[in-house]
Amino acid sequence: MDTAESSSNLKKIQVQRFKPDDNPDNHYLNEETGLWSWLTTVDHKKIGIMYLASITFFFFVGGLMALLVRTELWTPAKTFIEANTYNQLFTLHGAVMIFLFLVPSVPAALGNFILPLQLGAKDVAFPRLNLLSYYLYLAGSFIAIYAIFSGGIDTGWTFYTPYSSSTGGAVTTMTFGVFVIGFSSILTGVNFITTIHKMRAPGLSWDKLPLFCWGLYATSVIQILATPVLAITLALVAMERILGIGIFDPALGGDPVLYQHFFWFYSHPAVYIMIVPGFGVVSEIISTFSKKHIFGYWAIALSSLAIAFIGFLVWGHHMFVSGQATLASMVFSFLTFLVGIPTGIKMFNWTATLYKGSIKLASPLLYIFGFFFLFLVGGLTGIVLGSIALDVHLHDTYYVVAHFHFVMVGGMVMAFLAGLHYWWPKITGKMYNETMAKIACGIIFVGFNVTFLPQFVMGSQGMPRRYFNYIEQFQSFHQVSTIGSYILGLGFLMVFYYLVKSIYRGEQATSNPWGSRALEWQISTLPPLHNFHHTPVIVNGPYDYHKPMEEFQLGLAESGNGHGHDADLEVTKEGEDLSAE
Amino acid sequence: MDALNDFFLPPAKSTLASQTDTLFWFVHLSSLALTIGLIAVIVYFVYKYRRKSEDEVTPLITHNNKLEVTWSVIPLILVLIVFAWGYEVFMNQRVVPDDAYEVNVTAQKWIWQFKYENGAQTTGKLHVPAGRPVKLIMSSNDVIHSFFVPDYRIKQDVVPGRYTEMWFNAPEPGESIIYCTEYCGTAHSDMLANIIVHEQEDFENWLAENAGGASKPDDLPPAEWGKQIAQEYACNTCHSTDGSQMVGPTWQGTFGSEQTFADGSTVTVDENYIRESILEPNAKVVEGYPAVMNTYQGQLNDEQINAIIEYIKTLK
Repeated sequence: MDTAESSSNLKKIQVQRFKPDDNPDNHYLNEETGLWSWLTTVDHKKIGIMYLASITFFFFVGGLMALLVRTELWTPAKTFIEANTYNQLFTLHGAVMIFLFLVPSVPAALGNFILPLQLGAKDVAFPRLNLLSYYLYLAGSFIAIYAIFSGGIDTGWTFYTPYSSSTGGAVTTMTFGVFVIGFSSILTGVNFITTIHKMRAPGLSWDKLPLFCWGLYATSVIQILATPVLAITLALVAMERILGIGIFDPALGGDPVLYQHFFWFYSHPAVYIMIVPGFGVVSEIISTFSKKHIFGYWAIALSSLAIAFIGFLVWGHHMFVSGQATLASMVFSFLTFLVGIPTGIKMFNWTATLYKGSIKLASPLLYIFGFFFLFLVGGLTGIVLGSIALDVHLHDTYYVVAHFHFVMVGGMVMAFLAGLHYWWPKITGKMYNETMAKIACGIIFVGFNVTFLPQFVMGSQGMPRRYFNYIEQFQSFHQVSTIGSYILGLGFLMVFYYLVKSIYRGEQATSNPWGSRALEWQISTLPPLHNFHHTPVIVNGPYDYHKPMEEFQLGLAESGNGHGHDADLEVTKEGEDLSAE
Repeated sequence: MDALNDFFLPPAKSTLASQTDTLFWFVHLSSLALTIGLIAVIVYFVYKYRRKSEDEVTPLITHNNKLEVTWSVIPLILVLIVFAWGYEVFMNQRVVPDDAYEVNVTAQKWIWQFKYENGAQTTGKLHVPAGRPVKLIMSSNDVIHSFFVPDYRIKQDVVPGRYTEMWFNAPEPGESIIYCTEYCGTAHSDMLANIIVHEQEDFENWLAENAGGASKPDDLPPAEWGKQIAQEYACNTCHSTDGSQMVGPTWQGTFGSEQTFADGSTVTVDENYIRESILEPNAKVVEGYPAVMNTYQGQLNDEQINAIIEYIKTLK
């Protein structure tokens, strides 16, 4: 056995190679079984899967509402539902998609599963807190669903006062649900930051941290700092409704514009909660499928943090026409353009990563290219909206609706699907049907553009959002958009179909089907209950594709399975030893 | 370019609209160029560097400072241009010329009301003179609304408890649509109005004719006048006169009928009930309808309310 020196403290450590099993007998799904083991599990992988199942459910609930909204808009007047029903549907579509799907999608579902694996940790720092986060999410969701059935809400997902403090329905219940979900979000953020700081494997210095972890780190910072403001705001709305304390309602002496400041102070950074982890997914996949070192590692890592921090200072760009001071609008517009720069830097770095790569156009990468185009359009139309004079015309029109969906669905959902396909073999141990995945990606891409490109035109022409009736001039645009939404829905159903099918009939996945150098691929598929049978030792960065795979499969020689029992010491099949520096 | 302009943007009918449009096209066309450029590079790379064998080893390229500074600084300069340009046009939109003609705008669910210097008052139709700056001083009686005229490229929220203002100058006579663009409840999408731009002389005539109030009872029987008031106050946004179901109960056949309220009590619709419903709409809300109507206290005088009651009586 050779020795290696860890560069920081010159301590000598002995390492040996641990080659992953392709199909181990014991893994995280069969070591503990039964419903009770799932409900009480503290395993980050199982919690990740439970999140995945929950958000998938809510994605289809929110998607169904979107289809109903689009169907109603087929004709300029009433098509098949009443105005009040329509108003509730678009409110719930927004609230469900944002609070129950987008915010937890990548961090809580994929992040939970992957983050400890990428760090070489046995679990997150606070496994029980992690389970509590999930149950808070679930409790909040149930409260929100109860609100839907106990009167409904028709305020729009923004809950603008004084409309929200005066309208009927279950606004208080709904805001309480969102309030509870907010705590789930905060606790996940605390958990992830601690995990990244304290649980990294030996040798995993900050400059070797996978960019997905950097993305989650930046996201967690926003979750911790911004979500409490939402909680406070919703609590104030509830106090106004229940106790009649005048905070936002001018009839009680409050200020409705104050609400908008509070709300967007959370909800603008929340947009970055939704998209920044997606950036992390993109970096991982681009590098893996072009077999190339990521270009501009620090630029990408630090731009995530830059977005997280500048993102806190731009909330006023939602309020250019709200009556806020002209000077304030100017400052917010200026800062908004600054936040565009780190985002642009990422796009250029990802593109440069492809240069001289060995590019395999597998389905995860195909989804990433879908992301590229759609997010680029979403980002650049964000520049349009950041310009005050143009925003005055486009604010609260379908242009904003299209822009938001290009960023959130075109950007985030595409990145989420890319990540889901990329890590699917590791999560389920099965390969999905690659041909169907490519076709579905194409259908989603086409359906998405057919749905939302016409909305840019409608919005520029002046079609306001949240309209039940509209003037006939816009009918053809609405109809194209509605047809597009059906195509889009079909694409998502197809993804659901072949992914679920793969669990039962899919080919067995190998431990590292993509040939990735990242740490999560250097353990068996399915992963062991405690992730690593050894304490992994990191000597190379996760994107060092110019080095052979053997150097990425190192573990601490004498630490056994990581539990510290010498008796558990395992030697790899080959019994091969390696030295590394 | 004109065809493209007509496809994407509504006609430019104010003096400032073309400033917005020029910026609109500058940002969109430069974005389009960037998108096409970047996508072309990606497509080229994907083809050129496609994987030919599984054993390919790629070169180690970690970063390039010159390149990274370049693609940070150039976009920064571009967005700063867009920022400064957008701000300049915005300042033009915000700074009201001194000689502007002032009109007061009141928004409430789901009507727009306009009041003029000489007491003239309209609902749903904003009459303005052509070629003269017009300043709108706006406030809301209930929730937040937003005053949007696509043809003028202007928009401003109308907030309860404070005044907001905006201005425009429409050089040519004509009509433009006004939307409410801040979601305000059930009939939000019906909260439309029109701007009618007159030649200066026609406008002055119109103003003089309507001095002291929009309605002239002299030569009209009360029921006719009531119908006119009902139209001006857009009562028909919520109350149909043909029995069809809308946000509020229909007026057809309502007089003399028995209405059941949310609390189970009933009343026969008479003059007192209608009067109360106009002045204190939420005192007795008919079962199955939301309590969303605003009071018209201070907006309609007793004579006008009498006329509306006479009008409702005729709807059998």
